Amino acid sequence: MGQTVVEKIIAHNIGAESVKPGEIVTVDVDRVMLDDIMMPFIVDKFQEMGFDRVWDPDKVVLVYDHLVPASQQDDTRHYRVGDAFAAKHGLKNVHRSDGICHQLMMEAGYVKPGDVVFGTDSHTTTYGCVGAFSTGIGYTEMAAILGTGQLWMKVPETIRVVIDGKLPDGVMSKDIILRIIGDLGADGATYRALEFTGRTVEDMSVSSRMAMANMAIEAGAKCAAFTPDGKTAQYCGISLNEFQQGLRGDPDATYLKTVVYRAEDFRPVMACPSQVDKIRNVSELAGIPVDQVFIGSCTNGRLEDLQAAAAVLKGKRVAPFVKLIVTPASRKVYEEALECGVLQILAEAGAIITHPGCGLCCGRTGGILCDGERVVATNNRNFLGRMGTSKVEIYLASPVTAAACAAAGKITF
Amino acid sequence: MEQFTGKAWVLGDDIDTDIIIPTEYLALKTIEEMKQYGFSPLRPELAAQIGKGDILVAGKNFGCGSSREQAPEVVKALGIRCVIAKSFARIFFRNAINNGLLLIEQPDLYDDMAEGDTVAVTVNQDVEYRGKRYPIASLPENLMEIIAAGGLVKAMRRRNGLDGERGQADGTDGC
Repeated sequence: MGQTVVEKIIAHNIGAESVKPGEIVTVDVDRVMLDDIMMPFIVDKFQEMGFDRVWDPDKVVLVYDHLVPASQQDDTRHYRVGDAFAAKHGLKNVHRSDGICHQLMMEAGYVKPGDVVFGTDSHTTTYGCVGAFSTGIGYTEMAAILGTGQLWMKVPETIRVVIDGKLPDGVMSKDIILRIIGDLGADGATYRALEFTGRTVEDMSVSSRMAMANMAIEAGAKCAAFTPDGKTAQYCGISLNEFQQGLRGDPDATYLKTVVYRAEDFRPVMACPSQVDKIRNVSELAGIPVDQVFIGSCTNGRLEDLQAAAAVLKGKRVAPFVKLIVTPASRKVYEEALECGVLQILAEAGAIITHPGCGLCCGRTGGILCDGERVVATNNRNFLGRMGTSKVEIYLASPVTAAACAAAGKITF
Repeated sequence: MEQFTGKAWVLGDDIDTDIIIPTEYLALKTIEEMKQYGFSPLRPELAAQIGKGDILVAGKNFGCGSSREQAPEVVKALGIRCVIAKSFARIFFRNAINNGLLLIEQPDLYDDMAEGDTVAVTVNQDVEYRGKRYPIASLPENLMEIIAAGGLVKAMRRRNGLDGERGQADGTDGC
């Protein structure tokens, strides 16, 4: 009987021949990611549970990103709690100002194909881009993993998404995932795995796959899965072993359903306020005035995204009344963008370039908005009040579309 | 079979965790400080109106979005006895169970429900409203075990030899 990618990862983890959707299993965790916001709560629960040691300190990654640099006085408490816990338990993988957790998990090589990874942030689904099983959990479960190295889970059913063909110019993987979320609905993949396959996906960079896996949660998915290939191996700096090479959906695997797209049919799209599944073609929205544009986040703050924005903005100026905020996803992205001249192009176009981190995406720093203002943003959520007051309108788009809107001062493509 | 009644507050579809507790309040030190901001982007007055033992009734995909466990903790701290929704997002579901907040999936009640009315819940059996019974499913056994232990923290304390059988007796808070 054939298996899906996620079924193969889970079966391998528990040492079983195969697993079936609905089965409840206990997995051995390969890596965990803890973020700054949740840290005091994780530590409280860990102590309350009565643990005195972390099961495997080398498997723990601690990242300060949502609260860096601090925008409120009390934010620094989170660093102190994190640093004390790291010192007490011998955690070495601590990132205090290197960028967004999900970007770091990938670029620092903490995640390999076939790994089982949990993080205290819902966008932990990102690591599916290299064929890992990864998902977000709360701080109580994280505390339990820190003590035991294990977690129970239900084997999810898998929805297969097949995309073949060549994308039109100006269409990015962000447009693909937004369209899929629109078609499935914000709860269309709840409890399920989303497995992406087809020529278009194979032709994509790991960075583009990352944007899609990142947003799988916006359709409610438990996790995302891509088949590891040569690009994955290069990205992770490894050669794939037999198990990792076999992480593809078998022809006779059982899928809940299969949805098929032609790449040529995709268009630049936006998620309109205030639902991630309210998807419209940008052409239908053209002309709507914009106050601010945000290019950044764990969805679209990588070098490829900044390059795409720079290609649009080269030799142009941001519209006079628009604030363009560019937040590289990590220090490494920042340095690379600096080195290749991308930051200079963006700065000359009038961008406000900020420190790497979560920035405006979680609405705590870096350009929060007020009643009646409208923002085009490359991140993953346009929820009510996400970037300021509940009367801010957030439109989610690709970096190419966002850059075009910044230059025009209105929605355009 | 455990039974209780409560006054219902009705919310819509896709109530996300940014609505339940916005990011700007997540770094407050305690859930008690946070709870006054519960649901503030959508209904700023709601947190002050909710009374102990009230029930939330909502549409599909309740608790979608961020993994913040403060969300079910705030709902529980406001005094909500249980949430009855058409469906729940998965991270919120796990977090709620681990904190002993009862969640009930029921596909039809939301469509009939008027805010301010009272509903009667019989756990793992049905919800009664205006004389009509709406059936509900039982939770899987492993989740009932966590709830029976009084949440995941107590289950772990018992594993670590801290509470012995006392954890069982304590396992009644919230649901």
